[in-house]
Amino acid sequence: MTLAAATHGFLSPTGVEIAFLLVGLVTFGAALVTVTTRQLVHAALWLVVTLGGLAVEYLLLTAEFIAWVQVLIYVGSVVVLLLFGLMLTRAPIGRSPDADSGNRWAALAVALASAAALVWVVVDAFRTTWIDLDGAAAGSTAVTGASLFQNWVLPFEALSVLLLAALVGAIVLSRKAKAKANAATAAETAAEAAVKDTKDAKAGKEGAL
Amino acid sequence: MTTTTLAVLVPLLPFLGAAAGLLLGRTAPGFVRPLAVLPPLTALVLAVVVAVRQGGDRAVDAATELTPTGSVPVELALHIDGFAALVAVLVALVATCVQIYSTGYLRDDPRYPSYAALVSLFTSAMLLVVYSGDLMVLLVGWEIMGICSYFLVGHYWETPEARAASLKAFLVTKLGDVPFLIGLFALATDAGSFRITKILGTVASGGLDHPTLVALLLLAGVAGKSAQFPLHTWLPDAMAGPTPVSALIHAATMVAAGVYFIARLLPVFAASSAALVVLAVMAAVTMAGSALAALAQDDIKRVLAYSTIGQLGYMTGALAVGDRGAAVFHLLTHGAFKALLFLAAGVIIHASGTNSLAAMSRMGNLRARIPDAYWTMTVALLALAAIPPFSGFFSKESALGAAEHVVTGHAEGIPGAAGWIVLVAGLVSALLTAAYATRLWVLAFRGRGADAPDHGRQPIAMTAVLWVLAVPSLALGGLAYGRLPDWFDGHDLTPTLTTSVLGTGMALVGGLVTYGAWRQTTALAARVPLGAVAAHPDADGGLVEAEAIATHTPAYGDMAGAPDPADPGRLLLGPLHRHAAVGFHLDALYTTLFVRPVQAGATLVRFLDREVVDTYVRGAGAVPRLLGSAVRRAQTGNVQTYVSALLAGTVVLVVAVLLVAAGA
Amino acid sequence: MHLAYPAVLSALLFSTGLYGVLARRNAILVLMSVELMLNAVNLNLVAFDVWLSRTTRETLHSGQALTLFTIAIAAAEIGIGLAIVLAVHRNRGTADIDKLRDTAEPNGPDEATLTEDEKAEATA
Repeated sequence: MTLAAATHGFLSPTGVEIAFLLVGLVTFGAALVTVTTRQLVHAALWLVVTLGGLAVEYLLLTAEFIAWVQVLIYVGSVVVLLLFGLMLTRAPIGRSPDADSGNRWAALAVALASAAALVWVVVDAFRTTWIDLDGAAAGSTAVTGASLFQNWVLPFEALSVLLLAALVGAIVLSRKAKAKANAATAAETAAEAAVKDTKDAKAGKEGAL
Repeated sequence: MTTTTLAVLVPLLPFLGAAAGLLLGRTAPGFVRPLAVLPPLTALVLAVVVAVRQGGDRAVDAATELTPTGSVPVELALHIDGFAALVAVLVALVATCVQIYSTGYLRDDPRYPSYAALVSLFTSAMLLVVYSGDLMVLLVGWEIMGICSYFLVGHYWETPEARAASLKAFLVTKLGDVPFLIGLFALATDAGSFRITKILGTVASGGLDHPTLVALLLLAGVAGKSAQFPLHTWLPDAMAGPTPVSALIHAATMVAAGVYFIARLLPVFAASSAALVVLAVMAAVTMAGSALAALAQDDIKRVLAYSTIGQLGYMTGALAVGDRGAAVFHLLTHGAFKALLFLAAGVIIHASGTNSLAAMSRMGNLRARIPDAYWTMTVALLALAAIPPFSGFFSKESALGAAEHVVTGHAEGIPGAAGWIVLVAGLVSALLTAAYATRLWVLAFRGRGADAPDHGRQPIAMTAVLWVLAVPSLALGGLAYGRLPDWFDGHDLTPTLTTSVLGTGMALVGGLVTYGAWRQTTALAARVPLGAVAAHPDADGGLVEAEAIATHTPAYGDMAGAPDPADPGRLLLGPLHRHAAVGFHLDALYTTLFVRPVQAGATLVRFLDREVVDTYVRGAGAVPRLLGSAVRRAQTGNVQTYVSALLAGTVVLVVAVLLVAAGA
Repeated sequence: MHLAYPAVLSALLFSTGLYGVLARRNAILVLMSVELMLNAVNLNLVAFDVWLSRTTRETLHSGQALTLFTIAIAAAEIGIGLAIVLAVHRNRGTADIDKLRDTAEPNGPDEATLTEDEKAEATA
């Protein structure tokens, strides 16, 4: 392995690496815009770009099932849900000058410190490690499904209980205000939709087997 | 039942009566009066039975030790000799009379249930003191009496006088109790036991190491309890309590306890001639001073209070010359006639609506309104003045006879100085006693002026007990002096001729001189109108008395005296009157010597506490407070700030761990 | 592919999400940032799973399974989180995190506690 790694220098990237790097740059840039933009709706839209970019990265890492689930759930439902939320809290459209709190500089310092620490550690530990992407896909639907239903059945079923609990919890939380405003029902449906999407995704996974 | 069982029941019954009275006082008011009267009455019957069975023979001793209590054992012990048996009969008799009298005197008092229960408790405590054969058990009764006297003297707590008097009574007697307690411990350490019999055995075998120290310490407690100079000042002020309580305190309980205590432990005192001389001086000063003060008092009850102090002086005098038989004899007769005097004084106050002799001397026909009180009080005053054949004569002459016995050198181990002191002071006091008794009588019953108000007959409960008590006042001395030596130590109590003639002569002189002086001054009474009477003359005795006490200071300018030129005492005492009226400035002296320094000390301590100690406390508090307010600034409520700090800390820790792991 | 690429990207995304969580005022934007952090972790999980499945014949695929679980839980979390934010918005009229300061120390606490202390001292 070390031998293999030694043969792959950083200065002679493969095609996959170049693609990963470019998509990664786009993803990271989109993420930065997401957390810095003053337009709230734009933040959600830039989040879509980030999550989509991550899906591409999964594909590049041959984890195709994860990539599709990512697109389905994150891009398809979570972002929609967040947009719902923004609308229901009457978030202003356009630039809002107070999108960032006064905590910004402390946050920046903490984030930079953690980024420096993490990057340093990761690079220090894995700079010679090489992932061999040739051969059969590591994350095809068949492989994932087999491992999931051979080794992970019990957690998988427990997860469905968790989803049920989340469903009930979302309903209970929204219910009190049901009489008050339309917002409540909307939140309820939104929460339900999110959970339902997850269920659908799970069903899709199972169906795919 | 055995004598022991009966004897245990004697103090127990009033105690149970007190407990039941306190419990049922509110819920079942109908039971309060029977519960007040019946237990002392039963105790009286039992005490008589115990006395008859004991009969002056060998002392009844019984003891049981409930539990080991350390080095010196404390036992529940009875020691009933002739002294104990007879004093118990007197205590129970007076307590019963007082309880019966109180049903009439405090007829309408809302606090009667607790009052009656406390009187029963008081009686029970005194009976415990009388019967107890163990000094610790005796001390229990001794201290219960202290607290009962505090509550009972303060019965009219609405008046400031009563509040002050109850506090004073409590504090002064406690002042004596502290050395008393130390003396008891010293005595028990020397003797190795709290049992009276064992202590007396130790004394007899000469085993007492510090007789003078122990005797003087015990003497302090006795002086406090028995109101001897210099701790007597609480007793005149204690007149702010209801009259039956005064009768109880003065005749049978409390003040008698001190004398009785010395009588019990006389060998301990006799072991130290210094203690006997101190006792004699104390008795002499007490006798003469209190008789002079009594001559100047205006409040009828304060006259009687000072007379009590003086008569107790006779008893301590008899003890100082080593004759406890005479002392307890005088204790018995004095108990009877002093209870009678107080109870009769209560009737007089109720009928006249005032406690001031000056006001009574301007009131005609008082004796016709209250014939029972008039006749019985006359008997009691004659007994007080020691006129034969009344009982006081025999007991007082026996005390003087004992002193003469010592003076003539017939007694061994008693210093002759003590005898001389007691004899001279006793004779002078006999004159003064007769003088103030006469003054009291003429001022109260020979008044001239507007007729006393007519409130009808006094309650039968109040007048009947007067006659009951008049019998022993009249006849106890004459009947008993021959037989009592069998009960006591065997000393002859028959009056000797010399002292009888001298004493009676002094008494006659005192009485006649006072009468003459009164004839001189009485004409002035009509010219100087004076007096105030209670606002509710038809209320029960308790209320009338409370009002009389409360109005005395505003009406006469003083709690003790009155500016009455018709007072024969003023003529007799001359310039001394001014000082005698205020008890020879002893209270003022104590105020200067003790109260002011203590108050100044308290102010100083307060200042030190507030300004000095608290400064350190505040300084110690200020630093954490500053730190706290600094830390408090971090509590902004902004969750993001908290998370930032948390994550920053995490990053720092992670970096530190990594550096350590990397070996940097 | 070098493992360092996805790992560094994951670290950067995580830090970006961290910044968003700490700096954003709107609660929904904070939730978005949380999603970013979760996705960074997911990327890490997938990358390491692929690497391990190739090198050590690890057949459990625990990284991918955990990623799926994380995605499902994230979906549930966003549903609940939004419900809470909406409830808060309904009650308070705002979804700004730095305005929800109920746990803050009240203003001018020094004077209040001081007088109480003084009183306690006076009675003591």
